[in-house]
Amino acid sequence: MAVFTKDGEMTWRRRDRRAALQRWITTFAFVAVLMLCWQVIAERTLWDFVLDAPAQGADLLGRMIPPDIAYVQQLWRPLWDTFNMATLGTLIAIVLATPLAFLAARNTTPRFPLVRPIALLVIVASRSINSLIWALLLVLILGPGVLAGVIAIALRSIGFIGKLLYEAIEEIDTKSVEAITATGASPGQLRAYAVVPQIMPAFAGISVYRWDINIREATVLGLVGAGGLGLELMASVNTLAWGRVSTLFLLILATVLVSEWLSARLRAAVT
Amino acid sequence: MTDTAVRWRRPPMIANPWWRAALCLGVGGYLVVAVGSLEINWQRIVAGMPRALEFVQAMAAPDFVSRADQIIDGVLESLTMTLVATVAGFLLSVPVALGAARNIAPAPVYLFCRAIIAVSRSFQEIIIAILLVAMLGFGPLAGVATLAFASIGFIAKLAAEDIEAMDARPLEAIRATGGSWGQVIHWAVQPQVMPRLAGITLYRLDINFRESAIIGIVGAGGIGATLNTAFDRYEFDTAAAILLIIIAIVLVAEYASGMLRARLR
Repeated sequence: MAVFTKDGEMTWRRRDRRAALQRWITTFAFVAVLMLCWQVIAERTLWDFVLDAPAQGADLLGRMIPPDIAYVQQLWRPLWDTFNMATLGTLIAIVLATPLAFLAARNTTPRFPLVRPIALLVIVASRSINSLIWALLLVLILGPGVLAGVIAIALRSIGFIGKLLYEAIEEIDTKSVEAITATGASPGQLRAYAVVPQIMPAFAGISVYRWDINIREATVLGLVGAGGLGLELMASVNTLAWGRVSTLFLLILATVLVSEWLSARLRAAVT
Repeated sequence: MTDTAVRWRRPPMIANPWWRAALCLGVGGYLVVAVGSLEINWQRIVAGMPRALEFVQAMAAPDFVSRADQIIDGVLESLTMTLVATVAGFLLSVPVALGAARNIAPAPVYLFCRAIIAVSRSFQEIIIAILLVAMLGFGPLAGVATLAFASIGFIAKLAAEDIEAMDARPLEAIRATGGSWGQVIHWAVQPQVMPRLAGITLYRLDINFRESAIIGIVGAGGIGATLNTAFDRYEFDTAAAILLIIIAIVLVAEYASGMLRARLR
């Protein structure tokens, strides 16, 4: 806040001169960078296509309506595959992420140098790479199919579950840990009776939440060849069968909504 | 009284033994059926193992140099897409957020804005990208449009929840002075939600970069396109370099946005 005297009159302003200047410079720099970025994008755009977009969009919509409902008959197997990719992937991730979380949490990590940094590194690497990229790689190694999808989902989920779980472990109440230690419990007993009961609700919540996200991701993994609904989507887009594409969109939407509802109900039940 | 020592056992998670057995059986049965339907092709997996080895070796010795031009180009494109899309998404989501807050919007506007949010959140970025690439043509503009559209659902939903949870008293005070709708928004709503809105937008910036790395797979520009090309050519060392760059940028972005958000609070 600043008060200026001008021609003997006091005027109030929100900021003094220096703050105003600073603010102006920051804004100017930001807008300049933004314009520069926009220029890069504009240079790489074929504007003829963009001008054509409304017509293209209307055409696309015309082809997508009505959806090819009979096509649903062929989609039960891909739907089952999608469900399996998400569920099996989540299960594998839970099995691998739980020990990882114990190694990464500050209060349960073994007294051994480098274990914690390595566990954290695994979590970070797994978390930063989207499951689609994992799938891209795994399809090359394992061949196209549901298996590549399961492992891609698992690899991405390890980091997610590991991170949230180790944060939950670090936040546990130390009183019961001390009480169990005072009885002369071994490290294994300590984990089983002091740590695990405290993180169980968080663990269940995190797992169900990740399963829900995984259903969503599993619907598109097929775009790179990993099976499920995405594979049908890619085939329909490539053959320009837009009626089928809209059927797939509706099915994906329904799947996502059902899994979201289910996961919300389950999480409300455990917490 | 008996002499035998009574041994304490932990109570089971599910009290009813029948339910316990049914659940175990159900899960076991599902696992058998599900794993059985995987259709694992062992020959193909064995044939792919040299490639896996090659990738692990490439991870140890990534090649940043031989495709440096394309990598730099892709990273720059991803970063520009991220920035432009986040700003566009922010500008678009402010009116939607105001409309989707029950305490300041009339019911028809509320329902309309909530519908926009629901549509934007339900579809994955890559599905939106397929449609927008078909409409706008290949290239980063389709990517920007995708990320901006996806940002609307995210930013507007969280911001609307924040507006709904804000203190109603300033709102009433400004209304009592006879402030117009615009003045109410400017003096009562904006000061209360701005810090958190900035935080949400920074968080979305972070997410948009991650997503910009994958929508290139369907032709929407960015580092994803470069990565996809590298995999298609089986150039694992270049792909490994790109993956490491993505991890590094994601880490830096996450750290920076976390720091900025902590300062804003």
